[in-house]
Amino acid sequence: MRSSLLLACALALGGCATMSPPQPWERGDLAKPSMQFDADKLEARTQQHIYASKEVTTGGYGVGGGGCGCN
Amino acid sequence: MKITLIWVLVLATLAAGPPPAFATEPGQPAPNIALPNAQGRVVALDGLRGQVVYVDFWASWCGPCRRAFPWMNEMQQKYGGKGLAIVAVNVDKKRADAEKFLGQFPANFPVVFDEAGAAPAAFGVKGMPSSYLIDARGNVVLVERGFLDEHRAEFEDRVKSLLASR
Repeated sequence: MRSSLLLACALALGGCATMSPPQPWERGDLAKPSMQFDADKLEARTQQHIYASKEVTTGGYGVGGGGCGCN
Repeated sequence: MKITLIWVLVLATLAAGPPPAFATEPGQPAPNIALPNAQGRVVALDGLRGQVVYVDFWASWCGPCRRAFPWMNEMQQKYGGKGLAIVAVNVDKKRADAEKFLGQFPANFPVVFDEAGAAPAAFGVKGMPSSYLIDARGNVVLVERGFLDEHRAEFEDRVKSLLASR
């Protein structure tokens, strides 16, 4: 009983390690426009405008690249 | 109890899955990949020994891959008859995506399909696109991650010298 419980624990522990990030050739879904932080350009611009007007600062949002690992 | 705990950790490590793939570097032998083209005919790298081979990994969703196609067409036209074999490996999950891309950017060189991603895993591809120039003996000579215009002359020069020394 105890050994089977330990075995189950061991397998469950190892299970976390299989959650690896997608490989470069598996990033097709991540490269879709809808997966971008600013999928809607107009909305992103409006948000940035509001942010700049409220915070008197701008920039520092988002990340570069399309998720395909090409840059 | 301590021993059991160690065993649990050992088992957990074993259950953790495959080790990470290692990138293929210049000087190493190219892994053999054998993949079908659109007609189902299998193209194998081992079958191209004696030729200079340019392997390109591409996908329809990859921006720089688009710029690579006209260049590869040009290389095929210039050196295809002189011993250069271009093999473009598509890694799209859906074949229809690849076919749409090929409709927009026609290829005059062999294109093979690898939905499962076994070939890029064998090469340890670190980014898209990735390309490998392989000499007539099957050793990798040049590796490029991405597609940079400033590297084109270097690649063409190496193709020329490899073809001359073949």
